[in-house]
Amino acid sequence: MFKLTDHQSSNSKKMRLKSSRGFSARIYEKIIEYVLFLAALASVFVTLGIAYVLISESIPFFKVVSIIDFITDKQWTPLFADAHFGIRPLLAGTFVTTAIALIVAIPVGSVIAIYLSEYAHPRAREILKPILELLSAIPTVVYGYFALLFVSPLLQKIFVNMTGFNMLSAGIVMGIMIIPYVSSLSEDAMRAVPMHMREGSFAMGATRLQTSVNVVVPAAFSGISAAYILAVSRAIGETMIVAIAAGMQPNFTLNPTEPASTITAYIVQVSLGDLPHGSIGYQTIFAAGLTLLLFTFALNIAGHFLKKKFGERY
Amino acid sequence: MPTELENIKAEVKDLNFYYGDVKALKGVNLKIPEKKVISLIGPSGCGKTTLLRCFNRMHDFYTNHSHTGEIILNPEGVNILDRKIDPIEVRMRISMVFQKPNPFPKTIFENVAYGLRVRGVTKRSVLLERVEKALTVSALWNEVKDRLDQQAFNLSGGQQQRLCIARALAIDPEIVLFDEPTSALDPIATARIEELVSELKKEVSILIVTHNMQQAGRISDYTGFMYMGELVEFGDTDKIFTNPKEKLTEDYISGHFG
Repeated sequence: MFKLTDHQSSNSKKMRLKSSRGFSARIYEKIIEYVLFLAALASVFVTLGIAYVLISESIPFFKVVSIIDFITDKQWTPLFADAHFGIRPLLAGTFVTTAIALIVAIPVGSVIAIYLSEYAHPRAREILKPILELLSAIPTVVYGYFALLFVSPLLQKIFVNMTGFNMLSAGIVMGIMIIPYVSSLSEDAMRAVPMHMREGSFAMGATRLQTSVNVVVPAAFSGISAAYILAVSRAIGETMIVAIAAGMQPNFTLNPTEPASTITAYIVQVSLGDLPHGSIGYQTIFAAGLTLLLFTFALNIAGHFLKKKFGERY
Repeated sequence: MPTELENIKAEVKDLNFYYGDVKALKGVNLKIPEKKVISLIGPSGCGKTTLLRCFNRMHDFYTNHSHTGEIILNPEGVNILDRKIDPIEVRMRISMVFQKPNPFPKTIFENVAYGLRVRGVTKRSVLLERVEKALTVSALWNEVKDRLDQQAFNLSGGQQQRLCIARALAIDPEIVLFDEPTSALDPIATARIEELVSELKKEVSILIVTHNMQQAGRISDYTGFMYMGELVEFGDTDKIFTNPKEKLTEDYISGHFG
């Protein structure tokens, strides 16, 4: 009987000790949780803040220029006496340079990813991957004059009548710049495909190429598509290369050998100028920025759904 | 031991296998009779899976290993471990079913047709016929015939494993290797796979690695007991389980270790 009470009391003492320690630990955990939550919230607030500024500054613009004109007008001459506010020339420039960049980056990046993930000896991969990633460490301004002073003259040997400023060279160089985004992320996705999946294919007598193309790439498709989406976003948002090498004239054309301005290049041009606050010319950059945001936002959502639809299937 | 009357499909001769400096197989000799089920049992790390994966040159994908000895594949009598022999040729004749069901991210139909496609078969009628046959033999046809175009991942674990068996059979292999094919499955799915293996031996030679001694007893004609890289004993399954020659085999089978 005595023994039992002793046991009970020591037990309850232990319990109390344990629960008081648990209490402070729980408080501590809660604090940590809130700090982390605030950190996460900060990025949400910044995004919302940017959206707020873009929208609130665009409203006065759209009071002067109707959305219909903004979308349908074929000229973008906000700083001329005869001002036109059609976003389509800028969109065309953005579209053409982005398309060229993707035509370069997606095939090359994907092939590199397949090589690194499925073929390369581990030592070769260890050396090649960091070198490749260096491509994205080069400042974009350097890419810009590389496009203008090296790639353009080279291309002019093929397209003799092409001007020095053109979308083609800007797009190609932008493509080179985003190769590592495509290859690195795609390779990570492909390497995450479990070995037993590959072995299943090899055991059926498949070659490395058949295994890569028929099994590994489909299995890693969600990661690969995320890489592609990131590449598109990166190309749409890229500023410096197109500002330097594509020429800054808004030009409603899909011909890549012509100079044109993109949304981003236009924003740079106007931001650098001395337009007074509140003027219609000044407000155009917010309308243009909002358009850009809408596009990248749509792409992110598309990426999200792609990822959901083709979630990792292994 | 397999009697001289039986045809020998493959023969392992003095096979030593090394992972780096570690000797994983020590002088293994083994005869695989035609159209029989041969089980390899033994504790983890005894080398049974290593031996199995020598048969379809699966080790080629990894570095830092070496071997001496031969595996002779009949009727030609070629040594399939010879570096000069293309491993793809070997895998065209010896297919494999893995421990974990590993269907490809494709439809049920394309999973089974995979081996035919990599061999360049493109004719739809041929593919259809072979896929149906393989799925019928692997007792999956009735369950999936109306949804061949669905993703293979929608199948249950047991169905996935039978799909992998169908995939391995669609190419008319001469030997099928099974690497613990039921270790990830529930008892009912396991029973179906075991039934299937017993059926399959009418067509092909089967080499199966298993952790489950009862399973070896139920399905195999011959059993080999491996321990520390050596094939300790090999013979009729009945004999191995009721009257083993080696003390080590007896201890393992009676559950003294392993």
